[in-house]
Amino acid sequence: MAEGGVREAAEHAARHSYGRLLSVLVRRTRDIAAAEDALSEALANALRVWPKTGIPDEPDAWLLTAARRAAGHAARRMGVQDGARATIEMMYETMSERLPPAFPDDRLKLLFACAHPAIDETVRTPLMLQAVLGLDAARISAAFLVQPAAMSQRLVRAKAKIRDAGVRFEVPEPGALDDRLQDVLAAVYAAYTVGWDMVGGAATGQGGLTAEALFLGRLVAALMPHEPEPRGLLALMLYSEARSPARRGADGAYIPLAEQDTRLWRTDLIGEAEETLREAAAFARFGRFQTEAAIQSLHVQSAVTGTMPSAPLLHLYDVLAVQSPTVGALVARAVAHGTHSRPETGLRLLDEIPASLAENYQPWWAARLHLMALCGDRAGAEAARERAMALTADKAVRDWLRARPAV
Amino acid sequence: MQYMLIMTEPAEEFAKRDDPNEAGAYWGAWNAYISAMAQAGIIVNGDGLMPPHTATTVKVRAGKREVHDGPYANVKEQLGGYFVIEVADLDAAIGWAAMSPSASCAAVEVRPVMPPPSGGA
Repeated sequence: MAEGGVREAAEHAARHSYGRLLSVLVRRTRDIAAAEDALSEALANALRVWPKTGIPDEPDAWLLTAARRAAGHAARRMGVQDGARATIEMMYETMSERLPPAFPDDRLKLLFACAHPAIDETVRTPLMLQAVLGLDAARISAAFLVQPAAMSQRLVRAKAKIRDAGVRFEVPEPGALDDRLQDVLAAVYAAYTVGWDMVGGAATGQGGLTAEALFLGRLVAALMPHEPEPRGLLALMLYSEARSPARRGADGAYIPLAEQDTRLWRTDLIGEAEETLREAAAFARFGRFQTEAAIQSLHVQSAVTGTMPSAPLLHLYDVLAVQSPTVGALVARAVAHGTHSRPETGLRLLDEIPASLAENYQPWWAARLHLMALCGDRAGAEAARERAMALTADKAVRDWLRARPAV
Repeated sequence: MQYMLIMTEPAEEFAKRDDPNEAGAYWGAWNAYISAMAQAGIIVNGDGLMPPHTATTVKVRAGKREVHDGPYANVKEQLGGYFVIEVADLDAAIGWAAMSPSASCAAVEVRPVMPPPSGGA
């Protein structure tokens, strides 16, 4: 067996099976850190053993058995105390179980545990990226603009909370499902938008983790075929992703949606987004992500046809403001009203957003620049421009803001 | 797993305990809650506590005993009682905590009880 083939097989297993294997390992112990150690030992073993023995028929089952053995050894090294004893018992108990014919997939339970309301909101997305995709803390911390040591510490703390506080590894009951699912989807979407600046309610789009977020989005949609909102989120991300080649000029300059070269848009992704959103709508159970995706659908269509159906657009933004009154949604709604009905209406909606939310929120100031200019208030527009430019770290966005007309 | 549900109440709630107009509703709510837990068979133990004005706080610093009138933390929501319950997981414990009268008027802290040392080694 060629060394390269084995490495490839092991890496393939790592990429496609990591979260699945981890989810099975933690299902009963709730010990994500111990399962991660065991799994990485198993993967190292595979690289050592498979060149000699050949790739096993069921690599995942091989890795799972090796990981359980590794976890058992680790627990015994720790001296069989408290949690360690439970870990050993659990590992050997599950080891003796026969694997069901279809290899189990508990990733959905793992996702719900990562986005559990008892886990600090800011660490839910990093935890998902690590537990389900096996991303290391350095990569995650770079995307979240946090020191690696600080990110590691937050992840360690969250894993300890899940283990020691006994967070449930189950898909929530129907009565609690909607709220808990929104938490899972919000955490996935946060992976998509991390590191993004928003201008006038639209993402500028240079995410470091968009591929990972799309993987998670597709995963949740596949694992929850009877829920529309995961499809809504997937459609939303696909619309955004489809436009990513057009979002930056050759010189890296930021190009807003209305000025993008639509020929650069990825029609395959737009097609998939449309289809996914249609499937979601067929459930006739609407939610925040379907609404956001429907708004994106209108934007995409209008950019191609050159006319915006403004009444449906404004209605969708009004619905979104009720479903999910985040500051981002409220700013986008104000811009839509200001652009497609009257600038004064947009400005009034913008001013209704509490100052505590608005004052350091860059998109609010960018929206104010846009709406003040539409209203012909040059001084107001200049003041807003100054604040908006001061609040973004992205040079391309600053350049774009500088070039906006003030009237 | 065992969890302690640490129940807090604001001063207005403590006052209802002895208010002839309010005591019936106050104790009725707690009794309904406690009997629901008892019927589920999850109570390991638990007690209501006398109001915060009966509390005394004790510290020893540099070998010297310091005794103060009042609870250890002077905050609006004060400890009013606790239960230790035996349930499957944190989610079940949160479910019970949410049903308590404290959750609606103040807050409930949910903490896992430390497991006993396994003593084998």
